[in-house]
Amino acid sequence: MIAPAVSHSSVSRATSVSRGPKFVEKYGNIVFRWATYLFAWLTVFLVLYIVYTISSKALPAMSKYGWGFITGSTWDPNTGEYGVLPEIWGTLYSSLLALFIGTLFGLAVAIFLSEHYLGAFVFSLLRAVGLQFHPVLGKLPDQLEKLLKNLIELLAAIPSVVYGLWGLFFIIPLIRPFCLAWHAKLGWIPLFSTTLSGPGMLPAAIVLSIMILPTISAISLNALLAVPPKLREAAYGLGATRWESILAVILPTASKGIFGAIILAFGRALGETMALAMLVGNSNVISWSLFSPANTLAALLANNFAEAGPREVGILMFAALILLGITIIVNTAGAFVLHRASVGREGAQ
Amino acid sequence: MSAAIIHPSTAPVTEPPGAGVDLGKLEKSLRRPRTAFNFVMSGLMTLMTIMALVPLFSVVLMLLVRGGKRLSLSLFSELPPSAFEQGGGFGNAIVGTLVMVGLAALISVPFGVLGAVFLAEVGPETKLAEVVRMSAKVLTGFPSILAGVFAYGAVVLVTGGFSAVAGGIALSILMLPTVMLTAEEAIRMVPSKIREAAIGMGATQAQTVRMVLLPTAFPGILTGVMLAVARAAGETAPLLFTALFSNYWLTSGGRLDFMQPMASLAVLIYNFSAMPFENQVELAWAAALVLVLLVLTVNLIGQGLSRKTME
Repeated sequence: MIAPAVSHSSVSRATSVSRGPKFVEKYGNIVFRWATYLFAWLTVFLVLYIVYTISSKALPAMSKYGWGFITGSTWDPNTGEYGVLPEIWGTLYSSLLALFIGTLFGLAVAIFLSEHYLGAFVFSLLRAVGLQFHPVLGKLPDQLEKLLKNLIELLAAIPSVVYGLWGLFFIIPLIRPFCLAWHAKLGWIPLFSTTLSGPGMLPAAIVLSIMILPTISAISLNALLAVPPKLREAAYGLGATRWESILAVILPTASKGIFGAIILAFGRALGETMALAMLVGNSNVISWSLFSPANTLAALLANNFAEAGPREVGILMFAALILLGITIIVNTAGAFVLHRASVGREGAQ
Repeated sequence: MSAAIIHPSTAPVTEPPGAGVDLGKLEKSLRRPRTAFNFVMSGLMTLMTIMALVPLFSVVLMLLVRGGKRLSLSLFSELPPSAFEQGGGFGNAIVGTLVMVGLAALISVPFGVLGAVFLAEVGPETKLAEVVRMSAKVLTGFPSILAGVFAYGAVVLVTGGFSAVAGGIALSILMLPTVMLTAEEAIRMVPSKIREAAIGMGATQAQTVRMVLLPTAFPGILTGVMLAVARAAGETAPLLFTALFSNYWLTSGGRLDFMQPMASLAVLIYNFSAMPFENQVELAWAAALVLVLLVLTVNLIGQGLSRKTME
């Protein structure tokens, strides 16, 4: 690293301030570099070790139950019959429902923020009283927009167990009268074919959608803001209204990024545990009904692991492996789509 | 944003502007379907954004009303009550949460920071760095319950019992990617001039990192640690079957014992919310209030730090 000052004639070694690295410095550096390599390798090793641990513990159950585990729909420790089809169904159904609600609202928030509705509104209010260039109040539009963005992000900071508690004591009592009324009037539709007796699919999906909303809105907002302003201006120049340009130009341009956001949110919804374990009802039912109790893979693990005997642990590990497989596939797809979106954007500019 | 299409045949450039055009048609009018649609959609977006914020305020309000009712100092010093008992608190759960998050930070911070140094400084362009980044991203999207499943298989089954250590290890897996990726970003943000100056002075790579890069990137690294701590403190799923729960203080024979099951705020909320006793449900709400305050405080400190670094 250091080129020691070579003294030809003018500078003598005694007066030079430079010196070569000491023994400790030289070997300390080598040890340090090795340490960073070690921890980098350890990260890769950790991921492999996690997959190995779960799959090796799942192996006995895998060889015993095979595909019947995935297609079976009974869970009976007494007869030794195990199947997770209802859980797989519940995981996908609850996640897709939550994704539907979460995308609607998340995208609305992203558009609201990217179009600067709030800032424009506050600015026009200030202009009406002639204070738009006031040194303090003039900053208000920007600050309020930032506050709104932070508030939406705060939704992601609340622990899921608190959402579960809130769902139990707020959402379920709130929606129950509506659900009973819908069931009474529209019971012939499969979606409303059972009554809501406490926990069920709909409250779980509502709470889940609130939890994934910040993911969707944050990533979609980035995608919307990355649309080159020229495109919007061109649309306005052609005489489009704001919403014509949003629907015909801005959303299609940002669609890849939004799609990536939705897939990543789907991955989050699939793995979410606590809110579902508390709200979904934990019963092995496959039903289209929004009001029927159901179960998910994560909730199954959460409820059964602590009391599981050695044999059941293997079976639960198998279920965990299925969950791991599903989430890895979904997350990789999401990351891939987002990567493609950013590459495409660079190409367009 | 009112805009009207001027058809070329009705407004040729040779004629004076306005001639042959009904100027009334150019005015913004909500009677026209295009403008009305625009107006309705804008209103809808506003309404939906407000609706998206309702849960946040509702959660905070319910926490303050139902949790605040029960908040007192004795909550922090007493042990959880048994089934029909009145009163009680969750002192051991607060200690448990702090101990396990501390344990997780003790594992994940050195691990994450050294990994980040590799990613940002030692070998940023190597194949290994790419694989490490990908691994960290896989861990980011990892369902938290699977961290618990892993810790169960790797620690609980090996040591033969539920323990605080197993809980801490499960949480550290969730903290690691956040710490590592934000630390990498923070180290990369250090201006290359500062780095090159250190190298030009003849510092070894270890000296550059220790004396220049890490101190400069410190606020950014701390932000990542804070965000990871905030997330880990609220996690329940990885603790359910690693640290389990305990109704007692974390001691055996007068000494701290990390190999015993340990209580935590999150698991206490989960367990007590399902109980049919009013006292336990009230305690769950109070614990939720304490937990949210804890998580939000750590989160806001982290965000404040990151804003400072940006400026």
